[in-house]
Amino acid sequence: MDATIEAHGLRKRFGATVALDGLDLAVPAGAILGVLGPNGAGKTTAVRILTTLARPDSGTALVAGHDVVREAEAVRRAIGVTAQNATVDEVLSGRQNLVMIGRLSGLRRRAAHARATELLEQFELTAAGDRIIREYSGGMRRRLDLAASLVTRPPVLFLDEPTTGLDPSSRARMWAIIRELVGDGATLLLTTQYLDEADQLADRILVIDHGRAISEGTAAELKAQIGGARLEVTLTASDRSAPLALAPFVSGEVRVSHDGLRVRAPVRSEPGLATRIVRALDDAGITIDDVQVHQPSLDDVFFELTGHTVEDDQDESVAA
Amino acid sequence: MRTMLRDVAVLTVRNLLHIRREPLQLSDVTVQPVLFTLLFTYVFGAGVLLPHHGSYNAFAIAGLLALNLTTSSMGTAVGLSTDLASGAIDRFRTLPIWRPAVLAGRSLADLLTASLCATIVALMGLIIGWRPEDGIARMLAGFALFLFFSYAISWYCACLGILSKGPESAQGLGLIVLFPLAFVSNAMVPTQHMPAVLRVIADWNPVSAVTAAARELWGNPNPSAAIGAWPMQHLVAASLMWSTAILIVFAPLAALLYRRRTTE
Repeated sequence: MDATIEAHGLRKRFGATVALDGLDLAVPAGAILGVLGPNGAGKTTAVRILTTLARPDSGTALVAGHDVVREAEAVRRAIGVTAQNATVDEVLSGRQNLVMIGRLSGLRRRAAHARATELLEQFELTAAGDRIIREYSGGMRRRLDLAASLVTRPPVLFLDEPTTGLDPSSRARMWAIIRELVGDGATLLLTTQYLDEADQLADRILVIDHGRAISEGTAAELKAQIGGARLEVTLTASDRSAPLALAPFVSGEVRVSHDGLRVRAPVRSEPGLATRIVRALDDAGITIDDVQVHQPSLDDVFFELTGHTVEDDQDESVAA
Repeated sequence: MRTMLRDVAVLTVRNLLHIRREPLQLSDVTVQPVLFTLLFTYVFGAGVLLPHHGSYNAFAIAGLLALNLTTSSMGTAVGLSTDLASGAIDRFRTLPIWRPAVLAGRSLADLLTASLCATIVALMGLIIGWRPEDGIARMLAGFALFLFFSYAISWYCACLGILSKGPESAQGLGLIVLFPLAFVSNAMVPTQHMPAVLRVIADWNPVSAVTAAARELWGNPNPSAAIGAWPMQHLVAASLMWSTAILIVFAPLAALLYRRRTTE
């Protein structure tokens, strides 16, 4: 086992609530793991244990080779943490926060000031550096939060929902910054409830629900788990032969709407799929108004894995 | 050892910056002393008769110090519970710092704030006619007794702050406990005319011991000298014993409660 972050069988309960129910995870050096799950899935508890803020009831975890319970001090030297419940100091200025964290992490006064200036510049906060955090916008605050976890250039980073509550442009900006970090070779564990965020940033994605891992893989592997793409064709006129014409491409159940105009089916992904479908329908003499091939999104994967339905489909089922 | 001191120093400065930026906390140690001094000496002063026609203003300053220091130590409870609720302390806990520095930095910042508060009360006193009559050494000894007491009480308030659910409840809890402590004492009026039960409490109240000790050291009117209760006959000893006892009980208790509160 030479993962930089690894956990085995983490269990944690708060009273009657089971927050973690035997969670395993591993992040190799230099990789980004996206931990994806809905509210209450146990993401924050997992991060709190891995960053030494909470102790597991059972199970073990190693970060940078150190046990998070027995060698908490050594773990703290190796990590940077950005979490919504372990925040920067609202009453101090951005610069004062960074200097304070530098000093508390062992930097000398001069080095702490130099590093603060550098980070403010890197995060485009120089102009706001001497204003108190309370006057920052949500995006600025989150950037400072992230900067604060980078003061000592830690090799291991934990970002707990780094963009929750941000507007789209601030999110895009955070993503760009996080991608840059990864370029620096840090090992990163990122939690999120946004599927596109995990898709954008993470090498591998761990889907958790009710305190345990329910699936893990690259975004592509997870998408492959639920089969290929989804096809949706809108016919010009109802035609009972449409399912037959589509049969060579279809990998499951074909659904036709009440008026017989819309046909939907899961299909096997392959290059040039849309072109071949249009051609096959044309050969069968069927004219169409619209054809769409959706590659599966992580949303589809997530709902598939957690058992929630994506949408309430009222189409009739027809055997292919 | 050096890194421990550095952690304490960094967190002390951080807490002082907080007090400077929080209007409410700042006014507790700056505006309130001025206001209390004026209110008590001009509004109440005329109605309180001291034995031997002593000057109420000279009598009142030690009491005002006790009043201001005791009630402003609520800031410890509020500050600590704010830090616990806001996640500031969680951030510190992810850093490789000396763990007790969080509490030590808090109590040290409060000691420095208390010194500022004491200075303002003393300056107000000088303006309204109070004088330490018995020399600089005894004047400083009186202030030292007050600051020691204030430091001890801040550990008690640290316990309240850790136990309370949030800043508001810390404030409420502090008010309920600290106001009776400050007022059921000889701070603003001689205890002689209080109802019997209240008088016994007041004569054994640590606030009374410190206040009367300072009056004695400063050569100010001290009606408590005529009271037979042990603390009133051994003022300096009683005041040191009270402060030491409070410190010995509440400093380790605060450390224990803090540990429990930050262990999940």
